[in-house]
Amino acid sequence: MSETNVIELKNVTKRFGDVVANDNVNLTLRKGEILSILGENGSGKTTLMNMLSGIYFPDEGTIRVNGKEVLIQSPRDAFDLGIGMIHQHFKLINILTAAENIILGLSGSVRLNMKEVEKEIDELTSKYGFDLNPSQKIYSMSVSQKQTVEIVKVLYRGAEILILDEPTAVLTPQETDKLFDVLRSMRDNGKSIIIITHKLNEVLEISDRVSVLRKGKYIGTVDTCDATQESLTEMMVGEKVSLDIDRSKPENVERRIEVRGLNVRNNEGYHVLKDISFTANAGEILGIAGISGNGQKELLEAIGGLQNIESGEILYYTKHDGNVIEKLHQMEAGDIFDLGIRLSFVPEDRLGMGLVGSMDITDNMMIRSYKKSPGIFTDRKAPHKLAGDVVEKLEVVTPSLETPVRRLSGGNVQKVLVGREIASAPRVLMVAYPVRGLDINSSYAIYNLLNEQKRAGACVMCVGEDLDVLLSLCDRILVLAGGRVSGIVNARESTKEELGLLMTGGKENA
Amino acid sequence: MSKQNNTSGRTVIHMEKRNSISRKKAWTIRLTAVLLSLIVCAIVIVAITKQNPLQVYAGIIQGAVGSKRRIWVTVRETVILLVIAVGLVPAFRMRFWNIGAEGQILMGGAASAALMIYLGNKLPLPVALILIIAVSAVAGMLWGIIPAFFKAYFNTNETLFTLMMNYVATQIINFLICIWENPKGSNTVGVINSKTKGGWFPKVFGSEYGLSVLIVLVVTVLITMYMNYSKHGYELAVVGESTETARYAGINVKNVIIRTMCLSGAVCGLAGALIVSGASHTISTSTAGGRGFTAIIVAWMSGSIQIATQFGLNENASDIITGILLFFLIGCEFFVNYKLSVYKEKEA
Amino acid sequence: MAVLITFIQRSIGQGIAILFGATGEILTEKSGNLNLGIPGIMYMGGVAGLLGAFFYENGTANPSPLAGMLISIICCLLCSLLGGLIYTFLTVTLRANQNVVGLALTTFGTGFGNFFGGSISKMAGGVGQISVKTTASAFRAKIPGLSGIPVIGQLLFNYGFLTYLAIILAVVCTYFLKRTRIGLHLVAVGESPATADSAGINVPKYKYTATLVGSMIAGLGGLYFVMEYLGGTWSNNGFGDRGWLAVALVILALWNPSNAIWGSLVFGALYIIYIYIPGLSRAQQELCKMLPYLVTLIVLVITSRRNKPENQPPASLGLSYFREER
Repeated sequence: MSETNVIELKNVTKRFGDVVANDNVNLTLRKGEILSILGENGSGKTTLMNMLSGIYFPDEGTIRVNGKEVLIQSPRDAFDLGIGMIHQHFKLINILTAAENIILGLSGSVRLNMKEVEKEIDELTSKYGFDLNPSQKIYSMSVSQKQTVEIVKVLYRGAEILILDEPTAVLTPQETDKLFDVLRSMRDNGKSIIIITHKLNEVLEISDRVSVLRKGKYIGTVDTCDATQESLTEMMVGEKVSLDIDRSKPENVERRIEVRGLNVRNNEGYHVLKDISFTANAGEILGIAGISGNGQKELLEAIGGLQNIESGEILYYTKHDGNVIEKLHQMEAGDIFDLGIRLSFVPEDRLGMGLVGSMDITDNMMIRSYKKSPGIFTDRKAPHKLAGDVVEKLEVVTPSLETPVRRLSGGNVQKVLVGREIASAPRVLMVAYPVRGLDINSSYAIYNLLNEQKRAGACVMCVGEDLDVLLSLCDRILVLAGGRVSGIVNARESTKEELGLLMTGGKENA
Repeated sequence: MSKQNNTSGRTVIHMEKRNSISRKKAWTIRLTAVLLSLIVCAIVIVAITKQNPLQVYAGIIQGAVGSKRRIWVTVRETVILLVIAVGLVPAFRMRFWNIGAEGQILMGGAASAALMIYLGNKLPLPVALILIIAVSAVAGMLWGIIPAFFKAYFNTNETLFTLMMNYVATQIINFLICIWENPKGSNTVGVINSKTKGGWFPKVFGSEYGLSVLIVLVVTVLITMYMNYSKHGYELAVVGESTETARYAGINVKNVIIRTMCLSGAVCGLAGALIVSGASHTISTSTAGGRGFTAIIVAWMSGSIQIATQFGLNENASDIITGILLFFLIGCEFFVNYKLSVYKEKEA
Repeated sequence: MAVLITFIQRSIGQGIAILFGATGEILTEKSGNLNLGIPGIMYMGGVAGLLGAFFYENGTANPSPLAGMLISIICCLLCSLLGGLIYTFLTVTLRANQNVVGLALTTFGTGFGNFFGGSISKMAGGVGQISVKTTASAFRAKIPGLSGIPVIGQLLFNYGFLTYLAIILAVVCTYFLKRTRIGLHLVAVGESPATADSAGINVPKYKYTATLVGSMIAGLGGLYFVMEYLGGTWSNNGFGDRGWLAVALVILALWNPSNAIWGSLVFGALYIIYIYIPGLSRAQQELCKMLPYLVTLIVLVITSRRNKPENQPPASLGLSYFREER
C-alpha cells in the first residue's frame, strides 16, 4: 500500500516570460510518506508546488493524482483533489478565532454552530497531537500557533496530501521539533506530505525521501537513509560554476564598522539578532551568508539606522586608529546622513524601501541627495544628470528618464538603485541580494561595481544567496544562523561545504 | 491568472491596468463622460419637470455668466473652490484623507469674523486684512494639526477623525453666533461692520472679489511650487508612497504628517477668510456650505478641475446635476486607468 | 418624573433615525466599504417615501393608511437601493475612491431630497407645507392598550412600529454578523479580501450585497424621520447632520449593531440634553450639542490605541480590492 503514488508529475514546465522556473520536472509522492523537496533559493521549489495547489497552471506536462490525470486550475480544484498547501505567508483573519478561520469559505448550515466545529477540531488535533485552542483569536497567537491553524484548516477540509512551504523558517528549534512530531503522526495516519526546505539537517531528520531541484531542473530523488549532508549539498549546488570575477587583493584595509553584542527584536517582538559581533573593514568585501530570514535583513537595517536596537553597539570609524568614532546604534537613518557619513544601502525590497515606484528615475535619485542642496527648494539638475549617467553607465533600459521606475524590469530597477547608492562614493556600502532576479550579464556588471567600490576604499557588505558567487566575490564571509553569527571564514580558503554546514547552524552538527 | 471557470466559448471581459494613456485619449474619455452625464441629466430633467432640458442648461449658464455681477460671483465661487482644493492637494498626495476641510474653513471663517468684530473698526485696513488672513490661516491650521497628531502618534483613522471635527467646528460656530448675534433674537450674526466696512476686502480690479482672486492665484502658484519644487513637497510625496522608503531616506514621517496637515489646514482656513471677509461679511454654519466636500472631489480629479468647478452652483436642482456629473467623471477615471478587452474564450 | 419620561421619549425619537443609519453603515463597513454617502441616501430614502405617499394620497379618493405605508416603504427602499447601487457600481466595479464617491453621493442625495421635497410643496398647490397625514398616521400608530400603561407604557410602548423595527434590525444584524456563516464570510471580506478570496468567497458579491442592504436600512432612517418624527411633512435640510451622526455612531458602537441601540439613545440624549439642563444660556446650549461628536472623537482615539483588535475598524475599510494585485 505504501508504494502507491498519490502524485505524479511528468515533464512539468513553467515559464514566466523568458524565465524558465521549472524545466521538465518529474516527481512522485507515495502514499504515507514525507517527501522533502530540496533546493537553493530560486531553484523553483515553490513554483512547482504552486502548480499542485492551483495557484499556477503548468505550461507543459501532466499531473496525476491517485493515478488519474487532472487539471488543477484553482485552489478549489486542489481542495477537491485532497491537496492542501500551507504557504509561507499565512492567510488568516486576525480578529477571528482559530475555528472561524478554519471553516472560512466552507458552505453549510446558515447558522454557525461553533461548539460543533470546535469539537470536530478538537478531535482532529488530538488525533495528530496538535496543541490548539479553537476559540483563541488569531491575533493573540504566536507564529507557530498560526501555522498550526493553517495545517488544521487544510486537514479539516479533508486534505490527504499536505504541502508545507518552508514551514520551519519561522519556528524556533523547539517548535520545529513539535511540528515534526505532528508531521510524523500525520504520516502514520496515512497522509502524504511534501515539505519544501533548504535546511539539510531537517531533511535528514524528517523525510523518507528527498527530491532535489537546481535552477529549475529536476536533479534526482534519493532515499533519505542513503543520503548525507555532503551528498545532498552536492546535488543541490551542483558542479561549481566557474565565475570570472575580478577579485583584487584588499588594499589599505582598515577597520570601518564594528558591531558589538548587537541584539534586535522585530515588530512582533521576535528576537531576530542575537549577540552579533564582528568587524567590517574598508577595502574589502564582507559577504554575509545564511538561509534567508536568519537576520540578514535586520542586520543591514540595524547598521543603516532603520531598526530599533535592543542592546549592543554599532561603531563607525573614520580613521583606523579610531580617533573619530560615531555611534551608529544611537542614530536614525536621517541622523547618519546629516552627519555626512556616506553610508549606502541597497535593501532587499527594492520598490518597497529603496525606491519610490511611482516616481521617475530623476526623482528617485533625489532620495539620497535632496537634502544637500541649500535652501528650501530641491535641486533637480544634479539628480537629472546623475540619472542620465546611471542609465548610460549601467545600460539601464528605459523609455526615458521620466518613466516611473515601477514600469522598469527587475534588473533595470536594481541598476537604478545600485547606481544611485554608489554614486555618492560611499564609505560603507551594504547590498542585500544584489543580483536577485537579474540575468547573468547584469549580475556581472553588479559584481564588478562592488569590486570597484572595494578598490576605491569602501567597506562593502554583501548579503547573498549563491555561495559560489560569495566565495569568489568576497574577501571574508560572515555566516548567520538563527540570528547568531555561526562563523566568519576567509573566502579564499573556505568551501561551499563549510559554509553550508555553518548556515545550518553547523556547530551543533559538527 | 487563468480564470477559474473553464466553460468554453464564454465571453470574457479582461481588464488590465494601462501603462500610459495619451492626454488626448484621456480627455476624450472625460469629455465623453461629461456629454453622457449631460444626456442623463437631460432625461432626468424631462422626466421630472417636463421642461426642455436645453432651457434648463441655458438657465444654469445664464445664472453663471448672465451679467457682469454674476460672472464675478461665479469667478468668486470658482476660485474659493479652487483654493480649498489646492489646500487639500498636499494632504492627499501624502495619502492623508483630510475630509475636514469643511471644519477648517469654518474655523478660519470664525477667526476672520472675530477680528472683524473686535478689531475691524480699530485698525487701519491693511493691518486688519493681514491679521485676518494670518489668524484665519492659523485657526484652520490648528484644526488640521489635531487629526494629524493623532494619526502620527496613534495611527487614528484620519477620515473619520476629520469628519467628526467638522461638526465640532459647526457647533463652535453656533456658539459664536449666540455671542455675536446681531440684531438680538435673529439667530444670525448679520452683516458685520455693514456701515464702516471694517475688515472687508477692498475693491481690486474694479470688483470686491478681485482681491480674493489675486490671493487664490498667489496661493495656487505657491502651493504648486511647494509641491513640485520644494524639499517638503518631495518628502510628503515619498511618505504618501511608502513610509518604509521615507524612513530609509531619513525622513521623519511623523513630522511630515503634522507639517503637511498644518499647511493643508492653513490654506483651508484662509479660504474661510476669503468667504467671510471677502464675500459674505458674516458667519454662519453654512459658511463652508459643502465646499469642503466638493473640493475633495475637485482635488481628487485634478485633471477635470475646470469642468467640476463650473457647476459649483448652490441650487438643489444643480446639486443633482452636479452629482450626476461627478458620478460620471469619477466613474470615467476607471476607463482612463484600465483597458478593457472583450474576447471569446478559446475552447479549452 | 414627567420631565424624565419626556426626555427619554424624545431621546429615543432622536436616536431611531440615527440607529437605522448606523446599522446600515455597520453592515456596509463590515464589507470594507466606507460609505460616506449614507447621509445622502437617508435623504433619498426619506423623500422617496414621502413622494410615494403623496402621490398615493392625492390619486386616491379614500386613501388607506396601510396602503400608503406600504407604498412609501417600497418607494423608500427602492430609492435607497438606487443610491447604494451608484456607490457600489463606482467603488466596487469601477474602483473609484470610496471617500470621493461617498461625498459626491451625499451632495447628490441631499440635493435630491431638498429638490423633490421642495417641489412637491409647489405641486400640492403652492403655499405651505405638504402633508401626508393619512400615511403618517399609520407610521405614528402606537400600540393600543400597552402605550396607556403609566411610565412603562409611556417609555416602552409609545412609539410607531419603525422604532421597534430599528431595534429588531440592529439585533438581527448583530446575530447575522456573529452567528451565521455568511456573516462570518462578510467579516472576512472586510478584514482581508485577499484571504477571503483565497478561501473561495466571492468578494464583489459580498461587497455589493452588504452595501445595498445597508443602504436600504439607512434609507428607512430617512423615512422614519419624515413620517414619524415630522409627521409626514418635509422641511428643507430638516434632517440636518443626523446622517453624519449615524456615521459617528458606527464608531461609538465599535462596529457592533447591538451597541448602536444604546449608542443611539446616548446620541439622542446628548443631542437634546441642552433643553433639559436648567440654566444654560443659548451659547452654552450650542456647546452642549457638540457632545455627540466629542464623545465619538474620544472613542476613536481610545480604540486606535489598539487595545482590542475586535474593536478596530474593519482592516480593509476604505480600500478597493484588486484581485490581480495579490
